[in-house]
Amino acid sequence: MTESSATKLLNGEACRRALNRKNANKNGYVKNHCLFQQSQKYRRSGEKKQNATHNPSLYKKPFVESFEETPLLVAVLTYMGYGILTIFGYLRDFLRHWNIEKCHVARERDEQRDFVPLYQDFENFYTRNLYMRIRDNWNRPICSVPGAKMDLVERVTHNYNWTFEHTGNVVKDVINMGSYNYLGFAENTGTCADAAIETTQKYGVGVGSTRCEMGNLDIHEELEELVARFLGVESSMAFGMGFATNSMNIPALTGKGCLILSDELNHASLVLGARLSGSTIRVFKHNNMQSLEKLLRDAIVHGQPRTHRPWKKILIVVEGIYSMEGSIVRLPEVIALKKRYKAYLYLDEAHSIGALGPNGKGVVDYFGLDPKDVDIMMGTFTKSFGAAGGYIGGKKELIDYLRCHSHSALYATSMSPPVAQQIITSMKIIMGEDGTTLGSDRLKQLSENTNYFRRRLRELGFIIYGNDDSPVVPLMLYMPAKIGAFGREMLKRNIGTVVVGFPATPIIESRARFCVSAAHTREMLDTALEAISEVGDLLQLKYSRREQPLSSLGWMSEESLLQD
Amino acid sequence: MNFKNMREYLAWIYYQYLLITGIYVLEPWEKSIFNSFLFSAIAMVVYTSYVFVPIHMRLALEFFSGIFGGQPESTMALMN
Repeated sequence: MTESSATKLLNGEACRRALNRKNANKNGYVKNHCLFQQSQKYRRSGEKKQNATHNPSLYKKPFVESFEETPLLVAVLTYMGYGILTIFGYLRDFLRHWNIEKCHVARERDEQRDFVPLYQDFENFYTRNLYMRIRDNWNRPICSVPGAKMDLVERVTHNYNWTFEHTGNVVKDVINMGSYNYLGFAENTGTCADAAIETTQKYGVGVGSTRCEMGNLDIHEELEELVARFLGVESSMAFGMGFATNSMNIPALTGKGCLILSDELNHASLVLGARLSGSTIRVFKHNNMQSLEKLLRDAIVHGQPRTHRPWKKILIVVEGIYSMEGSIVRLPEVIALKKRYKAYLYLDEAHSIGALGPNGKGVVDYFGLDPKDVDIMMGTFTKSFGAAGGYIGGKKELIDYLRCHSHSALYATSMSPPVAQQIITSMKIIMGEDGTTLGSDRLKQLSENTNYFRRRLRELGFIIYGNDDSPVVPLMLYMPAKIGAFGREMLKRNIGTVVVGFPATPIIESRARFCVSAAHTREMLDTALEAISEVGDLLQLKYSRREQPLSSLGWMSEESLLQD
Repeated sequence: MNFKNMREYLAWIYYQYLLITGIYVLEPWEKSIFNSFLFSAIAMVVYTSYVFVPIHMRLALEFFSGIFGGQPESTMALMN
């Protein structure tokens, strides 16, 4: 039915509106052909970014993702805390500047006085005056395999975290909630370790040459063939370093005159790669398909700036699981958009490969999609496979092109054979090709652990971000002092956690991040949850206002104290 | 939270104060600077209110009684 026939049927006013719309169309306001329209323009609910499924028809199962809004009072107090710390930071900087107290950090030398300053931005101020005070929560040395439990080297500081001394003691059996050891393959015993030892004896630890020259071994070919089979793509290529896989391959794929549409929370390696490529980069809101579609439409309608030539290529860059938010990419919608607007899709499965999906094949498997719909499948072996390096999978032409054009293929040394063997063995276990059900058991264990851990934390009243199926579990802390206090209190209770603050997160959204592993037993999770709950009471972290509206101001109200 | 005695409860309240203001991460001498600033400010507020509030109250009382309370009991007396 054409528009004119439709307007005939309508009454006067509607007809006029329709005509107006027609005029608007002529003026270039393309309004009605969007795939994903915002249903309500002014949505105001309890959720900050309520990622309700907008296009349920594209999903085979419910897609539940939540980002509870920061309570206003907490936000205000957080800013106040940062304000106080900033004032003291300036005081300390003042004292250091006039040599009233000793300065421990690198600073400008007198000879360099008239040069462009090396140390002069806010992040440096932040490192000196805020991060330094709670530095004992990061970079803790460990002295065992980082499996479900680990041993920490005890250290003390006598000058407020400027330097550390090792006491010589070891903190034994700390429950490890911080490693990306999703499937628990970080082991020093078992099939993988044995195979790696055997390979070391056969091949040595490395050949010290690139894949293009003398570093190409049969084990690499075997690995690439296996990865391609695992992913369900035509061909694949393995690299010795995961970060370089992103940062060196994007420049090989795009260049001047190309457009990269990047999610705002993409990992630094993707951002670096996109910047190195020299393409125009536009950033869309995190996991927001309306924003992505708008950028795509604008790119196609307007073309390149000034010349208005069409873009040579449009590349959408997304991640499978976002490691700071615990959210999963809306892949069905991204693929629908990519097909409609004829863009290319680069999917970074660093966290999702092995950790998601019934067969552990990442986010494509999780949504039950065809891997061929994703043009470039990238991932790392660092997380689920307990090894190192990264891969790119896709069409054979693409991989052949990358083999001779990617910097990390041409100039980087090839992957160490024991590492390759670790990947081969663990991947075969996941695929069930070793003749056991170990792999599927681990996958099942991981998803059970994830659901249990997330559900319990939510019941305890914490604010948890992200998708219900994501093994990355961010727990919101907000206040700067609580970052330090949480890490220390958890370590006192023999649990190692990762706490994250600015600049990895927005300044008020500091968080603790737990990574659930298949190696965690139910008892370990229960111990951890008990400790988290105890620390949560101590630090008043149970901010969530979901089901218990009364305890929302728990850290202030007298009633909650009396009840406890 | 379970508290055995008042002392423990007060210690917890102080801990919350440290965490919320962010001075938990500061060095002891910085903490004492912050505390002394805060408490001297509070003390000044209390002192000024002790000194000036009664005066203001009295003045306000006089002012309002001048408006509302100062009427003679009967207007007839004035006419006579």
